Amino acid sequence: MMEVISVIIAALFTENFVLVKFLGICPFLGVSKKTETAIGMGMAVTFVMAIASACTWTVNHFLLERFSLEYLQTIVFILIIAGLVQFVEMFVKKTLPSLYSALGIYLPLITTNCAVLGVALLNVQNGYGFMLSIIYGTFAALGFSLAIVLFSGIREYIDENNVQESFRGFPIALVTAGLMAIAFTGFSGFSI
Amino acid sequence: MAEKKKSVFLNGLIYENPTFVQLLGMCPTLATTTSVKNGIGMGLSATAVLILSNILISLLRKVIPDKVRIAAYIVIIAAFVTIVEMCLNAYVPDLAAQLGIFIPLIVVNCIILARAEAFASKNTVWNSFLDGAGIGLGFTCALTIISAVREFLSAGTILGIEIYGETIKPMAIIGMPPGGFIILGLLIALINFIIAKRKAGNKE
Repeated sequence: MMEVISVIIAALFTENFVLVKFLGICPFLGVSKKTETAIGMGMAVTFVMAIASACTWTVNHFLLERFSLEYLQTIVFILIIAGLVQFVEMFVKKTLPSLYSALGIYLPLITTNCAVLGVALLNVQNGYGFMLSIIYGTFAALGFSLAIVLFSGIREYIDENNVQESFRGFPIALVTAGLMAIAFTGFSGFSI
Repeated sequence: MAEKKKSVFLNGLIYENPTFVQLLGMCPTLATTTSVKNGIGMGLSATAVLILSNILISLLRKVIPDKVRIAAYIVIIAAFVTIVEMCLNAYVPDLAAQLGIFIPLIVVNCIILARAEAFASKNTVWNSFLDGAGIGLGFTCALTIISAVREFLSAGTILGIEIYGETIKPMAIIGMPPGGFIILGLLIALINFIIAKRKAGNKE
Protein backbone atom coordinates (compact mmCIF):
# COMPACT_ATOMS: atom_id res chain seq x y z
CA MET A 1 0.00 0.00 0.00
CA MET A 2 2.80 2.39 0.93
CA GLU A 3 4.46 1.66 -2.40
CA VAL A 4 1.28 2.61 -4.25
CA ILE A 5 1.01 5.93 -2.38
CA SER A 6 4.64 6.82 -3.01
CA VAL A 7 4.26 6.00 -6.73
CA ILE A 8 1.18 8.26 -6.87
CA ILE A 9 2.96 11.18 -5.18
CA ALA A 10 6.01 10.78 -7.40
CA ALA A 11 3.87 10.69 -10.55
CA LEU A 12 1.83 13.76 -9.58
CA PHE A 13 4.37 16.07 -7.98
CA THR A 14 8.00 15.10 -7.35
CA GLU A 15 8.54 13.61 -10.80
CA ASN A 16 5.88 15.56 -12.67
CA PHE A 17 6.03 14.45 -16.31
CA VAL A 18 6.06 17.91 -17.83
CA LEU A 19 7.89 20.10 -15.37
CA VAL A 20 10.49 17.67 -14.03
CA LYS A 21 10.87 14.88 -16.60
CA PHE A 22 10.31 16.97 -19.77
CA LEU A 23 7.84 14.55 -21.33
CA GLY A 24 4.90 15.85 -23.35
CA ILE A 25 6.29 19.36 -23.84
CA CYS A 26 4.78 19.75 -27.35
CA PRO A 27 1.10 19.54 -26.27
CA PHE A 28 2.02 21.40 -23.07
CA LEU A 29 3.16 24.40 -25.12
CA GLY A 30 0.84 23.89 -28.10
CA VAL A 31 -2.56 23.20 -26.52
CA SER A 32 -2.37 25.47 -23.47
CA LYS A 33 -3.70 28.74 -24.89
CA LYS A 34 -7.19 28.15 -23.47
CA THR A 35 -8.15 26.40 -20.24
CA GLU A 36 -11.05 24.56 -21.90
CA THR A 37 -8.94 22.82 -24.53
CA ALA A 38 -6.27 22.13 -21.91
CA ILE A 39 -8.81 20.26 -19.77
CA GLY A 40 -10.00 18.27 -22.83
CA MET A 41 -6.42 17.41 -23.77
CA GLY A 42 -5.69 16.34 -20.20
CA MET A 43 -8.71 14.03 -20.16
CA ALA A 44 -7.86 12.44 -23.50
CA VAL A 45 -4.22 11.89 -22.53
CA THR A 46 -5.24 10.40 -19.16
CA PHE A 47 -7.57 7.97 -20.90
CA VAL A 48 -4.97 6.91 -23.48
CA MET A 49 -2.11 6.65 -21.00
CA ALA A 50 -4.09 4.46 -18.58
CA ILE A 51 -5.08 2.01 -21.34
CA ALA A 52 -1.65 2.18 -23.00
CA SER A 53 0.04 1.25 -19.70
CA ALA A 54 -2.20 -1.82 -19.40
CA CYS A 55 -1.76 -2.91 -23.05
CA THR A 56 1.99 -2.39 -23.27
CA TRP A 57 2.56 -4.17 -19.95
CA THR A 58 0.51 -7.16 -21.10
CA VAL A 59 2.25 -7.42 -24.47
CA ASN A 60 5.68 -6.89 -22.94
CA HIS A 61 5.14 -9.47 -20.21
CA PHE A 62 3.43 -12.21 -22.19
CA LEU A 63 5.05 -11.81 -25.61
CA LEU A 64 8.31 -9.89 -25.64
CA GLU A 65 9.81 -11.12 -22.37
CA ARG A 66 8.73 -14.70 -22.89
CA PHE A 67 10.44 -14.93 -26.27
CA SER A 68 13.28 -12.54 -25.23
CA LEU A 69 12.39 -10.00 -27.89
CA GLU A 70 12.91 -6.98 -25.61
CA TYR A 71 14.84 -5.17 -28.33
CA LEU A 72 11.56 -4.81 -30.25
CA GLN A 73 9.98 -2.79 -27.40
CA THR A 74 10.17 0.61 -29.11
CA ILE A 75 8.58 -0.59 -32.36
CA VAL A 76 5.90 -2.71 -30.70
CA PHE A 77 4.96 -0.03 -28.16
CA ILE A 78 4.60 2.72 -30.74
CA LEU A 79 2.41 0.47 -32.88
CA ILE A 80 0.22 -0.41 -29.90
CA ILE A 81 -0.13 3.26 -29.00
CA ALA A 82 -0.94 4.28 -32.58
CA GLY A 83 -3.58 1.54 -32.85
CA LEU A 84 -5.00 2.42 -29.46
CA VAL A 85 -5.32 6.11 -30.28
CA GLN A 86 -7.10 5.19 -33.53
CA PHE A 87 -9.46 2.94 -31.58
CA VAL A 88 -10.12 5.56 -28.89
CA GLU A 89 -10.83 8.10 -31.63
CA MET A 90 -13.45 5.85 -33.24
CA PHE A 91 -14.95 4.96 -29.85
CA VAL A 92 -15.25 8.59 -28.70
CA LYS A 93 -16.67 9.61 -32.09
CA LYS A 94 -19.43 6.99 -31.81
CA THR A 95 -20.35 7.34 -28.14
CA LEU A 96 -19.40 10.89 -27.12
CA PRO A 97 -19.67 13.11 -30.22
CA SER A 98 -19.60 16.31 -28.13
CA LEU A 99 -16.24 15.43 -26.56
CA TYR A 100 -14.98 14.35 -29.98
CA SER A 101 -15.68 17.72 -31.57
CA ALA A 102 -14.18 19.51 -28.56
CA LEU A 103 -10.89 17.63 -28.86
CA GLY A 104 -10.74 17.81 -32.66
CA ILE A 105 -7.23 17.50 -34.08
CA TYR A 106 -5.62 16.90 -30.67
CA LEU A 107 -6.93 13.37 -30.42
CA PRO A 108 -4.84 11.80 -33.25
CA LEU A 109 -1.84 13.88 -32.15
CA ILE A 110 -1.66 11.95 -28.87
CA THR A 111 0.22 9.22 -30.78
CA THR A 112 3.26 11.46 -31.02
CA ASN A 113 2.96 12.69 -27.44
CA CYS A 114 6.18 11.43 -25.90
CA ALA A 115 4.52 11.15 -22.49
CA VAL A 116 2.55 8.11 -23.71
CA LEU A 117 5.53 6.19 -25.11
CA GLY A 118 7.54 7.49 -22.16
CA VAL A 119 5.21 5.99 -19.57
CA ALA A 120 5.24 2.62 -21.36
CA LEU A 121 9.06 2.57 -21.34
CA LEU A 122 9.30 3.82 -17.74
CA ASN A 123 6.91 1.09 -16.54
CA VAL A 124 9.30 -1.50 -18.00
CA GLN A 125 12.40 0.28 -16.70
CA ASN A 126 11.02 0.59 -13.15
CA GLY A 127 9.84 -3.04 -13.20
CA TYR A 128 6.27 -2.23 -12.18
CA GLY A 129 3.63 -4.98 -12.08
CA PHE A 130 0.31 -4.85 -13.92
CA MET A 131 -1.68 -2.84 -11.35
CA LEU A 132 1.21 -0.53 -10.50
CA SER A 133 1.77 0.18 -14.21
CA ILE A 134 -1.84 1.28 -14.62
CA ILE A 135 -1.69 3.39 -11.45
CA TYR A 136 1.57 5.02 -12.53
CA GLY A 137 0.21 5.67 -16.04
CA THR A 138 -3.01 7.20 -14.74
CA PHE A 139 -1.41 9.44 -12.16
CA ALA A 140 1.44 10.52 -14.41
CA ALA A 141 -1.24 11.62 -16.88
CA LEU A 142 -3.12 13.42 -14.11
CA GLY A 143 0.15 15.17 -13.23
CA PHE A 144 0.42 16.19 -16.90
CA SER A 145 -3.18 17.46 -16.79
CA LEU A 146 -2.50 19.40 -13.59
CA ALA A 147 0.49 21.13 -15.14
CA ILE A 148 -1.22 21.94 -18.47
CA VAL A 149 -4.41 23.28 -16.83
CA LEU A 150 -2.50 25.50 -14.36
CA PHE A 151 -0.25 26.70 -17.20
CA SER A 152 -3.20 27.54 -19.48
CA GLY A 153 -4.68 29.70 -16.71
CA ILE A 154 -1.46 31.69 -16.48
CA ARG A 155 -1.20 31.98 -20.27
CA GLU A 156 -4.73 33.37 -20.59
CA TYR A 157 -3.66 36.08 -18.19
CA ILE A 158 -0.38 36.78 -20.03
CA ASP A 159 -2.25 37.19 -23.32
CA GLU A 160 -4.06 40.23 -21.94
CA ASN A 161 -0.82 41.94 -20.99
CA ASN A 162 1.60 43.92 -23.08
CA VAL A 163 4.64 41.66 -23.40
CA GLN A 164 7.96 42.96 -24.77
CA GLU A 165 8.05 42.23 -28.49
CA SER A 166 10.93 39.71 -28.59
CA PHE A 167 9.31 37.74 -25.78
CA ARG A 168 5.86 37.48 -27.33
CA GLY A 169 4.49 33.96 -27.81
CA PHE A 170 6.85 31.09 -27.13
CA PRO A 171 9.69 32.75 -25.17
CA ILE A 172 7.44 34.18 -22.45
CA ALA A 173 5.59 30.84 -22.28
CA LEU A 174 8.89 29.01 -21.74
CA VAL A 175 10.02 31.42 -19.02
CA THR A 176 6.61 31.05 -17.34
CA ALA A 177 6.95 27.27 -17.49
CA GLY A 178 10.40 27.65 -15.92
CA LEU A 179 8.96 29.61 -13.01
CA MET A 180 6.26 26.93 -12.60
CA ALA A 181 8.96 24.29 -12.60
CA ILE A 182 10.77 26.16 -9.82
CA ALA A 183 7.55 25.97 -7.80
CA PHE A 184 7.41 22.22 -8.46
CA THR A 185 11.00 21.71 -7.26
CA GLY A 186 9.53 22.61 -3.86
CA PHE A 187 8.04 19.11 -3.86
CA SER A 188 11.39 17.39 -4.35
CA GLY A 189 12.46 15.23 -1.48
CA PHE A 190 8.82 14.92 -0.44
CA SER A 191 8.06 11.19 -0.05
CA ILE A 192 6.48 8.69 2.25
CA MET B 1 22.32 22.82 -59.70
CA ALA B 2 25.07 22.82 -57.08
CA GLU B 3 23.61 26.06 -55.77
CA LYS B 4 20.27 24.35 -55.19
CA LYS B 5 21.88 21.48 -53.29
CA LYS B 6 23.66 23.97 -51.09
CA SER B 7 20.43 25.80 -50.40
CA VAL B 8 18.65 22.57 -49.39
CA PHE B 9 21.40 21.95 -46.84
CA LEU B 10 21.61 25.52 -45.50
CA ASN B 11 17.84 25.78 -45.37
CA GLY B 12 17.69 23.06 -42.69
CA LEU B 13 20.76 24.31 -40.87
CA ILE B 14 19.76 27.98 -40.51
CA TYR B 15 16.54 29.31 -42.07
CA GLU B 16 14.35 26.41 -40.98
CA ASN B 17 16.33 25.52 -37.87
CA PRO B 18 14.12 22.93 -36.14
CA THR B 19 14.71 24.20 -32.62
CA PHE B 20 14.98 27.97 -32.82
CA VAL B 21 12.74 28.70 -35.83
CA GLN B 22 10.25 25.82 -36.11
CA LEU B 23 10.14 25.10 -32.36
CA LEU B 24 9.89 21.33 -32.89
CA GLY B 25 11.27 18.53 -30.75
CA MET B 26 11.16 20.44 -27.48
CA CYS B 27 11.26 17.42 -25.14
CA PRO B 28 14.79 16.21 -25.98
CA THR B 29 15.94 19.82 -26.37
CA LEU B 30 15.04 20.61 -22.78
CA ALA B 31 15.86 17.27 -21.21
CA THR B 32 19.28 16.44 -22.65
CA THR B 33 20.98 19.85 -22.62
CA THR B 34 22.30 19.65 -19.07
CA SER B 35 25.85 19.19 -20.41
CA VAL B 36 27.49 19.74 -23.80
CA LYS B 37 28.39 16.05 -24.08
CA ASN B 38 24.77 14.97 -23.65
CA GLY B 39 23.52 17.68 -26.00
CA ILE B 40 25.91 16.68 -28.80
CA GLY B 41 25.20 12.97 -28.20
CA MET B 42 21.46 13.50 -28.49
CA GLY B 43 21.85 15.75 -31.53
CA LEU B 44 24.04 13.29 -33.43
CA SER B 45 21.81 10.29 -32.57
CA ALA B 46 18.76 12.14 -33.88
CA THR B 47 20.73 13.23 -36.97
CA ALA B 48 21.68 9.63 -37.72
CA VAL B 49 18.05 8.50 -37.47
CA LEU B 50 16.89 11.46 -39.52
CA ILE B 51 19.35 10.87 -42.39
CA LEU B 52 18.71 7.11 -42.53
CA SER B 53 14.91 7.42 -42.36
CA ASN B 54 14.90 10.24 -44.92
CA ILE B 55 16.91 8.08 -47.35
CA LEU B 56 14.73 4.98 -46.94
CA ILE B 57 11.45 6.87 -47.08
CA SER B 58 12.61 8.70 -50.19
CA LEU B 59 13.56 5.36 -51.80
CA LEU B 60 10.15 3.90 -50.95
CA ARG B 61 8.13 7.02 -51.72
CA LYS B 62 6.50 5.46 -54.79
CA VAL B 63 5.83 2.12 -53.07
CA ILE B 64 4.14 3.22 -49.83
CA PRO B 65 0.36 3.65 -50.31
CA ASP B 66 -0.86 7.12 -49.43
CA LYS B 67 -3.40 5.98 -46.83
CA VAL B 68 -0.99 4.13 -44.55
CA ARG B 69 2.03 6.37 -45.09
CA ILE B 70 2.19 7.80 -41.54
CA ALA B 71 2.11 4.32 -39.99
CA ALA B 72 4.77 3.17 -42.45
CA TYR B 73 7.00 6.16 -41.62
CA ILE B 74 6.67 5.50 -37.89
CA VAL B 75 7.69 1.86 -38.28
CA ILE B 76 10.70 2.83 -40.43
CA ILE B 77 11.77 5.49 -37.92
CA ALA B 78 11.26 3.10 -34.97
CA ALA B 79 13.44 0.48 -36.68
CA PHE B 80 16.32 2.95 -37.16
CA VAL B 81 15.94 4.23 -33.59
CA THR B 82 16.28 0.67 -32.32
CA ILE B 83 19.48 0.24 -34.36
CA VAL B 84 20.94 3.53 -33.07
CA GLU B 85 19.97 2.60 -29.50
CA MET B 86 21.78 -0.75 -29.79
CA CYS B 87 24.90 0.96 -31.20
CA LEU B 88 24.95 3.53 -28.39
CA ASN B 89 24.50 0.82 -25.74
CA ALA B 90 27.36 -1.16 -27.26
CA TYR B 91 29.92 1.58 -27.95
CA VAL B 92 29.16 4.46 -25.56
CA PRO B 93 27.28 2.91 -22.60
CA ASP B 94 27.95 5.96 -20.35
CA LEU B 95 26.25 8.33 -22.77
CA ALA B 96 23.40 5.86 -23.35
CA ALA B 97 22.78 5.67 -19.60
CA GLN B 98 22.79 9.48 -19.33
CA LEU B 99 20.29 9.95 -22.17
CA GLY B 100 18.10 7.13 -20.81
CA ILE B 101 14.60 6.90 -22.25
CA PHE B 102 15.20 9.88 -24.50
CA ILE B 103 16.95 7.60 -27.02
CA PRO B 104 13.87 5.41 -27.70
CA LEU B 105 11.80 8.59 -27.55
CA ILE B 106 13.52 9.82 -30.74
CA VAL B 107 10.70 7.84 -32.42
CA VAL B 108 8.15 10.45 -31.38
CA ASN B 109 10.43 13.42 -32.09
CA CYS B 110 8.23 15.57 -34.32
CA ILE B 111 11.24 16.82 -36.35
CA ILE B 112 11.83 13.41 -37.93
CA LEU B 113 8.21 12.68 -38.83
CA ALA B 114 7.82 16.26 -40.07
CA ARG B 115 10.77 15.89 -42.49
CA ALA B 116 9.51 12.50 -43.68
CA GLU B 117 6.09 13.94 -44.46
CA ALA B 118 7.14 17.36 -45.74
CA PHE B 119 10.35 16.55 -47.63
CA ALA B 120 11.48 12.92 -48.04
CA SER B 121 8.11 11.72 -49.38
CA LYS B 122 8.34 14.18 -52.29
CA ASN B 123 12.03 14.50 -53.16
CA THR B 124 14.92 12.49 -54.60
CA VAL B 125 17.19 10.37 -52.43
CA TRP B 126 20.20 12.69 -52.67
CA ASN B 127 18.15 15.80 -51.82
CA SER B 128 16.50 13.96 -48.92
CA PHE B 129 19.93 13.01 -47.60
CA LEU B 130 21.04 16.66 -47.74
CA ASP B 131 17.83 17.80 -46.09
CA GLY B 132 18.24 15.23 -43.30
CA ALA B 133 21.88 16.26 -42.79
CA GLY B 134 21.01 19.97 -42.74
CA ILE B 135 18.05 19.68 -40.36
CA GLY B 136 19.93 17.18 -38.17
CA LEU B 137 23.01 19.38 -37.89
CA GLY B 138 20.78 22.40 -37.25
CA PHE B 139 19.24 20.46 -34.36
CA THR B 140 22.70 19.41 -33.11
CA CYS B 141 24.01 23.01 -33.30
CA ALA B 142 20.99 24.30 -31.39
CA LEU B 143 21.41 21.64 -28.69
CA THR B 144 25.13 22.42 -28.46
CA ILE B 145 24.50 26.15 -27.98
CA ILE B 146 21.81 25.60 -25.33
CA SER B 147 23.84 22.99 -23.48
CA ALA B 148 26.98 25.16 -23.59
CA VAL B 149 25.11 28.03 -21.95
CA ARG B 150 23.57 25.73 -19.35
CA GLU B 151 26.78 23.85 -18.52
CA PHE B 152 28.75 27.11 -18.33
CA LEU B 153 26.27 28.71 -15.92
CA SER B 154 25.44 25.66 -13.82
CA ALA B 155 28.87 24.02 -13.41
CA GLY B 156 31.38 26.56 -14.69
CA THR B 157 32.66 24.10 -17.29
CA ILE B 158 32.29 23.45 -21.02
CA LEU B 159 32.74 19.83 -22.13
CA GLY B 160 34.08 19.18 -18.62
CA ILE B 161 36.89 21.76 -18.96
CA GLU B 162 36.87 24.24 -16.10
CA ILE B 163 36.37 27.87 -17.17
CA TYR B 164 35.94 29.99 -14.05
CA GLY B 165 36.37 27.48 -11.25
CA GLU B 166 35.88 28.45 -7.61
CA THR B 167 35.96 32.23 -7.99
CA ILE B 168 32.25 32.54 -8.90
CA LYS B 169 29.61 30.32 -7.37
CA PRO B 170 27.82 28.47 -10.22
CA MET B 171 24.03 28.64 -10.49
CA ALA B 172 22.86 25.08 -9.88
CA ILE B 173 19.25 25.91 -10.83
CA ILE B 174 20.25 26.34 -14.50
CA GLY B 175 21.26 22.67 -14.66
CA MET B 176 17.96 21.61 -13.12
CA PRO B 177 14.66 21.36 -15.06
CA PRO B 178 13.50 24.99 -14.44
CA GLY B 179 16.76 26.32 -15.91
CA GLY B 180 16.10 24.42 -19.14
CA PHE B 181 12.82 26.22 -19.73
CA ILE B 182 14.17 29.64 -18.77
CA ILE B 183 17.43 29.46 -20.79
CA LEU B 184 15.59 28.22 -23.92
CA GLY B 185 13.01 31.01 -23.53
CA LEU B 186 15.74 33.64 -23.19
CA LEU B 187 17.70 32.28 -26.18
CA ILE B 188 14.63 32.29 -28.46
CA ALA B 189 13.82 35.85 -27.29
CA LEU B 190 17.42 36.87 -28.09
CA ILE B 191 17.16 35.37 -31.60
CA ASN B 192 13.80 37.14 -32.16
CA PHE B 193 15.47 40.38 -31.03
CA ILE B 194 18.41 39.95 -33.44
CA ILE B 195 16.08 39.11 -36.36
CA ALA B 196 13.91 42.16 -35.61
CA LYS B 197 17.02 44.39 -35.41
CA ARG B 198 18.35 43.10 -38.73
CA LYS B 199 14.99 43.60 -40.45
CA ALA B 200 14.83 47.17 -39.12
CA GLY B 201 18.41 47.71 -40.32
CA ASN B 202 17.55 46.49 -43.84
CA LYS B 203 14.67 48.92 -44.17
CA GLU B 204 16.79 52.00 -43.50
